[in-house]
Amino acid sequence: MNINPTGWRPTAPEPAEGAFVPTTTGNRGLMLEEPLIFEIGTGETCGVDLPEPDAAAPSRLGARARKAPVALPGLSEPEAVRHYTRLSRQNYAIDCGIFPLGSCTMKHNPRLNEKVARMDGFADLHPLQPESTIQGALAVIDELADWLMKLTGMPAIAMSPKAGAHGELCGMLCIRAALEARGDPRAVVLVPESAHGTNPATAAFAGYRVETIPATEAGRVDTAALKARLGPDVAGVMITNPNTCGLFEPDMREISDAVHAAGGFVYCDGANFNAIVGRVRPGDLGIDAMHINLHKTFSTPHGGGGPGSGPVVLSEALAPFAPLPLVLHNADGTLRLVEEESAGEDQPESFGRMSAFHGQMGMFTRALAYILSHGADGLRQVSGDAVLNANYVLRCLEGVLEAPFASSGPCMHEALFGDGSFAKGVSTLDVAKALIDEGFHPMTMYFPLVVHGAMLIEPTECESKANLDQFITALRAIAERAAAGDPTLGQAPYYAPRRRLDEAAAARKPVLAWHETE
Amino acid sequence: MRYLPLKESDRAEMLSVIGTSSVEALFADVPAAALQDGTIAGLPLHASELAVERHMAGLAGKNLAAGSAPFFLGAGAYRHHVPASVDHLIQRGEFLTAYTPYQPEIAQGTLQMLFEFQTQVAQLYGCEVANASMYDGSTACWEAVAMARRVTRRGKAILAGGLHPHYVCTVRTMARFTGDEIVSALPVLEGGCGESELAAQVDGDTSCVVVQYPDILGRLPDLAALAEAAHAAGALLVAVVTEPVALGAIASPGELGADIVVGEGQSLGVGLQFGGPYLGLFATREKFVRQMPGRLCGETVDADGKRGFVLTLSTREQHIRREKATSNICTNAGLCALAFSVHMSLLGGKGLTALAAENHRLACLAAERLAQLPGVELVTGEFFNEFTLKLPADARQAVRNLAEKGILAGVSLGRLYPGEDALAGGLLVAVTETTTEEDIEALAAGLAEELA
Repeated sequence: MNINPTGWRPTAPEPAEGAFVPTTTGNRGLMLEEPLIFEIGTGETCGVDLPEPDAAAPSRLGARARKAPVALPGLSEPEAVRHYTRLSRQNYAIDCGIFPLGSCTMKHNPRLNEKVARMDGFADLHPLQPESTIQGALAVIDELADWLMKLTGMPAIAMSPKAGAHGELCGMLCIRAALEARGDPRAVVLVPESAHGTNPATAAFAGYRVETIPATEAGRVDTAALKARLGPDVAGVMITNPNTCGLFEPDMREISDAVHAAGGFVYCDGANFNAIVGRVRPGDLGIDAMHINLHKTFSTPHGGGGPGSGPVVLSEALAPFAPLPLVLHNADGTLRLVEEESAGEDQPESFGRMSAFHGQMGMFTRALAYILSHGADGLRQVSGDAVLNANYVLRCLEGVLEAPFASSGPCMHEALFGDGSFAKGVSTLDVAKALIDEGFHPMTMYFPLVVHGAMLIEPTECESKANLDQFITALRAIAERAAAGDPTLGQAPYYAPRRRLDEAAAARKPVLAWHETE
Repeated sequence: MRYLPLKESDRAEMLSVIGTSSVEALFADVPAAALQDGTIAGLPLHASELAVERHMAGLAGKNLAAGSAPFFLGAGAYRHHVPASVDHLIQRGEFLTAYTPYQPEIAQGTLQMLFEFQTQVAQLYGCEVANASMYDGSTACWEAVAMARRVTRRGKAILAGGLHPHYVCTVRTMARFTGDEIVSALPVLEGGCGESELAAQVDGDTSCVVVQYPDILGRLPDLAALAEAAHAAGALLVAVVTEPVALGAIASPGELGADIVVGEGQSLGVGLQFGGPYLGLFATREKFVRQMPGRLCGETVDADGKRGFVLTLSTREQHIRREKATSNICTNAGLCALAFSVHMSLLGGKGLTALAAENHRLACLAAERLAQLPGVELVTGEFFNEFTLKLPADARQAVRNLAEKGILAGVSLGRLYPGEDALAGGLLVAVTETTTEEDIEALAAGLAEELA
């Protein structure tokens, strides 16, 4: 039965006179202003029922006993639920719509992951419990490690790094430890100019001097320039593949071989692994280390800025230097943790420990649930659909936006545009803010640095064609306004919870905490 | 596949728009030798939600959950009751599935929460400013040592014996690559916190003294004396707090003179989770803010003059400063910060005081009860919710044996300091509001049997 044979849709009436009159509360319908907890809570309020402290109870605090309570407001439970619910509604999120931040892989976060992570046996488990009581947790680490090694074609893995940048550091410290072990410390790490900022920061933190390798006209690493710079002072290279222009580095194998021939190591930034998962094993390209952002490719939630998780796969050459702890199999089939105590036997050349305990278990359970759900076939489809969606965006927009590398063939999982088609006075920022008014989260702006006014769009595999078409239509219209120099773009967004925020003022005189005097 | 919305007909239509015949053709830049023909061999295929849940439940069932046994472990990770509303609120999709707030106009929820969180942490620690979180307490501890080097331009850090051994290992590992000199010692079971020995080590090359408070054995070192000694030599005092609930009962490190206060926030809102993800807290004096690592949220106004919040002072950070950044940290622990902040908002100062008092009350009960066991000695006279017993036996073996009987008795110092004979009898016992008097009796009975 067709319940709407004429295809009728309700249409909006002409805006009424005075539609934007100010309200007394500052609220605008469902868009609610929310004060700070310091303005709504009180020192007397508490949303948790606890026994009243007994002033006469024995104390073993001695001279350190606090004289007065911490000056923090409390909220009753209904106040707290309402405060945070109202705040949440001022956020855009993947659950609300497409979140096409290039290099960030904002894919759907399955709720099964959340359910699994909250199982008592995982969520309510102490990291220092005796081994006999944590065999299931060690099995999660071991099983996820096995998947990650097989998906990347690499023989070893360090599971403990806490995020992508921590994983980068892990990989670079393995490289440094390996070089020191052979008495050849070296001083320089080569980083392409299109690299994410964490790469040079990590190399510097690992004690290296960073030198930049230029990109070619086609958006790839300049292989000739890189090879020319190799030498006895070069510890290694850090290359993102697929790169931050959304392109595969076709010379990766050649680069790896050249670096190895010069005695260096190859670090691959795995932030863009989603483009190739299940189809290309980075181990087949000769890399020595690569971190995997579980919060990107393997769907663990970004949570407004973390937590992440950054396991690092390692080559045979770097495996002996991996940090503690490790999970190993005992002869009787049980699993054991290798920590400082047994490192002398099991991992004598380990470079040490990167953090307390054993890594991001709460992210491991989520990532494993995701991987098992997709399986090897589903993950292959993930990269296929992610790349298909990005190429569709690229082709549908290249007519209205400058697409610097579109002529060099298909992109991978993200489409890169520049600001070349915009009229004078219109910026990438303006276009991004106009997308907000259309109900979309903007793309990554001004990154990579190799393209002027860069706009990097990563739709991921989780968008339907209808969603993409809607996004493309909106961006197309904005691009046309940008080309025509529409001055209203400079004031966007108009319809977000906040208009454009003064970031310069925030940095000039930082207010980083609430104070009573306000 | 349930997570993939494209239909075969969509794919065909999109390929025709792109002007290519197959998805495989889009991978033209990948050398043929590196391209897998089909699914990677040796790996299972997709599975239903039911099947995955069953598999994961099977693995979870192989663990002994803390809540299903008398439980006394601490040593940097504490089991507290988390109100149901905390977990509900952090699962709001608008928080859970948002990215770092790089577009502040549509991320005010996350940003305002971070501003509130920074204020809460600063208040709790008795400091002027706090950042938007680090990975965990141990990495925050290293970042504090690195920051002290930047502030003082000196390269020697002195770590107190009472600093968590995993934190010591983390700092030592990182320092090996940065060239910082690290001076550290083992804790002494019956020797006190060693403030005067530490103070005597501070010299003109010292960047900072790092002291845990309460320390790994549960003791409460005299931070004010250490601050004075550090400052007299131009060094900083870094205080490390692995149990934030303690600050409901004891004076904050900032008010005792610490220059940088870092620690683990897991106790509030986050849960045990087998060690991660946790929540690094980081606070300091306003004058050092430009040397701080990590993200900072600041207040500003929008074009209409309304109050709003943005990430700020990012010229310290890797995405602007690249190799000259204060840290390479990018992703932090946003969702754990939210959990902490919601829990702290529910408690308020009053609730934190009550929670701390209840922890301390039960811990005193447990300490008294356990110290009555023949041969067992309480070596920490003053403590908050965690204390150290000296057993007349190898504590590590005792812990293992008791686990077989379904009692999670605590953390042995043998586990934390393997091979150190002087510490082998040490048992670290943590008691929180989740501990019942029956649990304490069960531990006392189990230990008595073990030591008999």
